[in-house]
Amino acid sequence: MKELVEILARALVDQPDKVAVNMFKRENSYVIELRVAPEDMGKVIGRQGKIAKAIRTVVKAAATRKNKKVVVEII
Amino acid sequence: MEAVEKLGRTVEEAVASALADLGISQESAVIEVLEEPSKGLFGILGSRPARVRVSVRETPSYRARQLLEKIFEAMSLAVNLEIKEKDNDLLINLSGNGLGILIGRRGETLNALQYLVNLCVNKNQLQKTKVILDVEGYRQRREQTLERLALRLAEKAKQRGRNIVLEPMNPQERRIIHTALQGRDDIYTYSEGEEPFRKIVISPRR
Repeated sequence: MKELVEILARALVDQPDKVAVNMFKRENSYVIELRVAPEDMGKVIGRQGKIAKAIRTVVKAAATRKNKKVVVEII
Repeated sequence: MEAVEKLGRTVEEAVASALADLGISQESAVIEVLEEPSKGLFGILGSRPARVRVSVRETPSYRARQLLEKIFEAMSLAVNLEIKEKDNDLLINLSGNGLGILIGRRGETLNALQYLVNLCVNKNQLQKTKVILDVEGYRQRREQTLERLALRLAEKAKQRGRNIVLEPMNPQERRIIHTALQGRDDIYTYSEGEEPFRKIVISPRR
C-alpha cells in the first residue's frame, strides 16, 4: 500500500524525486504519510481535495483486499 | 524514456532486435541510426556493424499502460489490460479475477482511479487525452441499471404527482438519466445542489 501511494504521487507531481512516503501503525490502523515538494502540494491535493480524495479511495480499496485499515495523510 | 542501443549486420537487423527487446512495434518506436554498417575491405578488413538507438515513443496509451501495470502490481492484482484508441480517447478495459474491488461501491473506486490516470497521462501535455476505464463491461451494465431506474422513478413521479429526488451522482451518471428521460411530455428532469452532492429531480408536468 505504501508503494501504491508512492507510485500515484510520483506520477502526479513534477518533482518525483522529492516524494517521500512513510508508513506506521497507529492503534487499529496503518497511517501512510505522504510528503511532496511544496510546489507540488496542489498536484496531490487538488481543488477541494479532489485528488487527495481519489488517492484515498484507491488506497482504501487496496487495503480492504488485505483486510487492513489505512489512513493517508498529506504533510 | 526507455531506450536500447543495438548492433547488427544491417540497420534492419539491429532495429528488429531492439524492437524485440523493448517488446514494441515499429509504429511506437523512435529510431536513430548511429552508425551505418560498412563492409570494409574485401569484406574482412575494417568491417563495422550497424549501430542503432531505438526508444519508446511515449504515447498516451503507453503512459497509461505503464502506470496501470505498476498500480496493479502494487495492489497484487493480476489484471489484463485491453486498450482501444478512439479519436482522442483511450478506452481501457480491465479483466481478471476479483476485480470487484477495483469497481467499489457504485463505481467509486473505478472513477477515482480513472480520474488519477487521466491526470497522470495528461501531465504536462499540450494535447489532452481522455482515458475511460472499465472493468469487464461494468460501465455499460451501470448505464442500463440507471436507465431502468430512471424509467421506474419517472412512473412513480407521474403517479404520485410529486417530485422525486435521486441520490447524489456524478455528472456522467446524471447525464445518462437526463438522456433517458429527455423529450417526455409527462415529466421533466433537472439537477440541484452543489458538486459532489448534485442530484437529479424528476418532476411531473401539470
